[in-house]
Amino acid sequence: MTARLRVIAAMSGGVDSAVAAARAVDAGHEVVGVHLALSKNPQSGRDEGRGCCTLSDARDARRSADILGIPFYVWDMAEEFADEVLDDFVAEYQAGRTPNPCMRCNEKIKFAAVLDRAMALGFDAVCTGHYAQILDDPILGRQMFRSVDPAKDQSYVLGVLTEDQLAHSMFPLGDTLKSAVRQEAQDRGLLVARKPDSYDICFIPDGDTAGWLQNRIGSAPGEILDAETGETLGQHEGAYAYTIGQRRGLGVKVAPKDGKPRYVVGVDPASRTVTLGPPTLLNVDSITATNIRWTAMPGQVGVEYWAQVRAHGEPVRSVLVSLQDHPGEEASLTVDLEESLRGVAPGQSLVLYDGRRVVGSGTISGTSSLPRAAVTTPAT
Amino acid sequence: MAYLDHAATTTVRPEALAAFSQHAALVGNPSSLHSAGRQSRRVIEESRESIAANLGVRPNDVVFTSGGTESDNLAIKGLYWRARVEDPSRTTLVVSPTEHHAVLDAVEWLIATQQASVVWIPVDSHGVVDLDWLAGYLAQNAPQVALVAVMWVNNETGVISPIETVAAICADYQVALHCDAVQAAAWLPGPGSWLSGPTSLAISGHKFGAPVGVGALILNGVTPEPLTHGGGQEIDVRSGTVATALIASMAAALAASFTGQQAQAARLKDLSAQLHDLLALAVPDVSLNAMSAPRLPTITSASFPGCKADSLLMLLDAANVACSAGSACTAGVPRPSHVLAAMGLDEQSATSSLRFSLGWDTSSADLAAVSAALPAAVQRSRQATNRRRASGRSQVHQ
Repeated sequence: MTARLRVIAAMSGGVDSAVAAARAVDAGHEVVGVHLALSKNPQSGRDEGRGCCTLSDARDARRSADILGIPFYVWDMAEEFADEVLDDFVAEYQAGRTPNPCMRCNEKIKFAAVLDRAMALGFDAVCTGHYAQILDDPILGRQMFRSVDPAKDQSYVLGVLTEDQLAHSMFPLGDTLKSAVRQEAQDRGLLVARKPDSYDICFIPDGDTAGWLQNRIGSAPGEILDAETGETLGQHEGAYAYTIGQRRGLGVKVAPKDGKPRYVVGVDPASRTVTLGPPTLLNVDSITATNIRWTAMPGQVGVEYWAQVRAHGEPVRSVLVSLQDHPGEEASLTVDLEESLRGVAPGQSLVLYDGRRVVGSGTISGTSSLPRAAVTTPAT
Repeated sequence: MAYLDHAATTTVRPEALAAFSQHAALVGNPSSLHSAGRQSRRVIEESRESIAANLGVRPNDVVFTSGGTESDNLAIKGLYWRARVEDPSRTTLVVSPTEHHAVLDAVEWLIATQQASVVWIPVDSHGVVDLDWLAGYLAQNAPQVALVAVMWVNNETGVISPIETVAAICADYQVALHCDAVQAAAWLPGPGSWLSGPTSLAISGHKFGAPVGVGALILNGVTPEPLTHGGGQEIDVRSGTVATALIASMAAALAASFTGQQAQAARLKDLSAQLHDLLALAVPDVSLNAMSAPRLPTITSASFPGCKADSLLMLLDAANVACSAGSACTAGVPRPSHVLAAMGLDEQSATSSLRFSLGWDTSSADLAAVSAALPAAVQRSRQATNRRRASGRSQVHQ
């Protein structure tokens, strides 16, 4: 017997959040659908360019709510989204790091601003269509686990959530395969059953992150250097357009002498230099992270965890080798990897797992290619 | 449900529904030459005469449209184009900033695409246009003015503009005046006196008890350039098959509105006073907007300090009370009211304002429902504004 709760179902207009809302209704909760308007448009709100909340997405969400028979509202979170996600996204790239805006949105918007507002308005929880499981562990308490669908698992982008946030979150799809969710949507008569998945950053629907950044930041030209010889290979219009591990669109016309592909191996916004080199320079064996968030119990030094650095990247075995967590200081941790990862950029998130359970997360501040070597932190 | 959003759309009157049902069942395009067509045409012309008689205008001045937005667009764009045809130097639009979006957005479109420019008429703290300024401006600039636009009753505050004086000033300088009378129709100023003034008046049937989808533009001696081209059914100004059943229904609704209009107006004035008392009791620091200006009793704009209108609206909706938080964008995001901003309200007050609007079937039970639901809603909304997490929350069990 589950308690009847008052639940805000965040409805993006996609199939997952619609089925998640439907399941919350079936579970007997009092569900109210909310679509988040994340694009600032003080004039009329009719700009076609609304990235994250196009009019058709809002309509799709509204129609799903109609079919479920639940009230539906649009919440204007554009200001919060601009302050917490867009500004941060730009600032991180300007500092030579590679941010994950979805993670930031979960941390600051969906499970913070939206959850806080929902709680203040008398609701008990926020329900989303994320693929992750929340389970009560008899010893550890409320915990988050990977989805049963490995291809869709989103526990990584939820790794920033704390136990308190998890206590007021619902992910009804974590125990289901995506294919089954689509079938369920169809069976329920939801019109979004066949709507394609979204993969891109929602506010950059055309996928041109460099172009989007250039509009925001403007031109900041600098040199592209060879990591091994130090020679200048070309010029760029902005170091923010480059990410560690990037191979394509480098803007270099000089062919490598050895004929092997070159990758971005370094981005230094202070000197505006981008460094290219062979893939061997991308190997990372040790990762240091700050902005640590433990889901419940803190990780323990000397213990093995699975480390994941990308939303759909393969986790690798690692050992937590140091943990600085003194009151009044910024917490940081270092993990040594049992096998090298390639192209790990500062700014990306590190999520640690114990088996399928999320232990905690941090923002990568530095990497090194030799275990236990001094960690390099890029200039900021 | 306590429905207090009659300014958005009001309950269809039984007389209007009966007229609609009667005529919707009959075949016959009013432009057809056979007897079925003539029968439809007759219904339309009788409706036109009935509406004209109730409004105090000439039947031939009534052009049927699809509603208020089309009427406003036809007037603003059509009269602008007409003025420019007659004198290309007339490119200035002189407009009140408190107009409905049907006027404002048409004006902005003319500026963006048709070489128009706009001068906004200063308004006072009630949103009423500055008559001295208008007279002074026209004295200097009348030859460049294509059109003046001032609404009769504001849809957010209920404030009544001194439209006859505005019309007299415009007439002095031989400048056309369009008046959005969508909220005024059926309430003001009573049968028989609408003609003394504006060049054009927009009305919308569903604001006074007809179904949505029908309205009219009343033209006082002018012919706007058409927006749509085709059969020219409505005096070559508006093309499209004329909607017989809807028009019969609008005529019936207007006639019903004017039957016993004074008694109804007195009843609504009492209800309005009751509503204001109940609001003040339920929320002691409520602030009623534009109360000292002449206003219709049907519309009340109230600011609830510390609240956000959208969360209040949602909480009242959950308590089965329907009201309005001003206009929303297409996606459904409530926008701060440009009307309240033009009146000089600060953003906090403007974004904490709700509109309660009464209609022909509002009763004191509806008002009681509002006052019962408001205190808890206001308290919760204030919590949400402060973004403080409520205490004592339960754990989620999935």
